[in-house]
Amino acid sequence: MFYIYCPYCEEHREEEEFHASGEAHIPRPSDPDNCTDAEWGEYLFFRTNPRGLHHELWVHGIGCRKFFNITRDTVSYEIKETYKIGAKPQFTHAEEKV
Amino acid sequence: MFDVNKSMQTVQMNLIPNDVSVRAETPLHHVDLATIATQGAQDRNIKIQELALLDHLVLRGHADNAALTTGIQSVMGVSLPINLQSVEKEGQVIRWISPDEWLITTPHGTGFALEQQLRNAISTHCAVVNVSGGQTVITVEGAGTEEMLRKCTPYDIHISNMPVGKVVTSLFGKAQAVIRRTGEQQFEVVIRRSFSDYCWLWLQDSCREFGFTVKL
Ligand SMILES: [Zn+2]
Repeated sequence: MFYIYCPYCEEHREEEEFHASGEAHIPRPSDPDNCTDAEWGEYLFFRTNPRGLHHELWVHGIGCRKFFNITRDTVSYEIKETYKIGAKPQFTHAEEKV
Repeated sequence: MFDVNKSMQTVQMNLIPNDVSVRAETPLHHVDLATIATQGAQDRNIKIQELALLDHLVLRGHADNAALTTGIQSVMGVSLPINLQSVEKEGQVIRWISPDEWLITTPHGTGFALEQQLRNAISTHCAVVNVSGGQTVITVEGAGTEEMLRKCTPYDIHISNMPVGKVVTSLFGKAQAVIRRTGEQQFEVVIRRSFSDYCWLWLQDSCREFGFTVKL
């Protein structure tokens, strides 16, 4: 068991109160009607599976019930940072655009 | 155009029946606390009491909106609490739930009047929803209460981390509960109706080594 910092409650809370909700920073296409099937499929189904830094959406489900983001290292499981929805991550790959 | 104020004034309806022939049952009705209160020793350290049939209102809005905070201040005479804080005045309690959500409890029968006052006093976009039927409040107090509650939640309820007045939504067993410290050995737990039996059994089990008395 470990603690995760909730940026909305502004304190560390037990992991059991949280739930992971997949990859973060996936923008919905602004014009869905004019997307190709490939573009829409990419948005709906395709996710990255990086070795190393990964930006993830989490929810403090048994707590304030807010969604927020976590930058996590998928090799060491180390949580680099947690940040509110709408904020930019501090930790990114050089080639990453978030 | 959508008029927030107009629509708020047209949807006011008392969700709690005034009709006394309608029997109100708390989420712990089936437990029959009245009978349990008469059984066993009456001098146990831990005292459990259900604050039955309080009126519960959920308030949603933006904490940084002055119209919301001044509206609350004018109606309830207290400031809207910030992160993990609660305020209490004359039987009314406001608990912070999330950055845009608070849980207000007020004595039985006063919820609708409070709801109307809040709607009239808050001149900005907000929501006030009566959730009285969905949950209930249990208080636990007496020597050993903190030690007993450690078996119920993973949250660190030591007084250095959770002083009097602090409120957290966390786990109670495997269910969700809103836990507030009201004294050094005094806590209040808000549980949901659908989990009330589970929470009650869990609480009873946690109290086994200390012994408990039910207060009415
Ligand atoms: Zn939180």
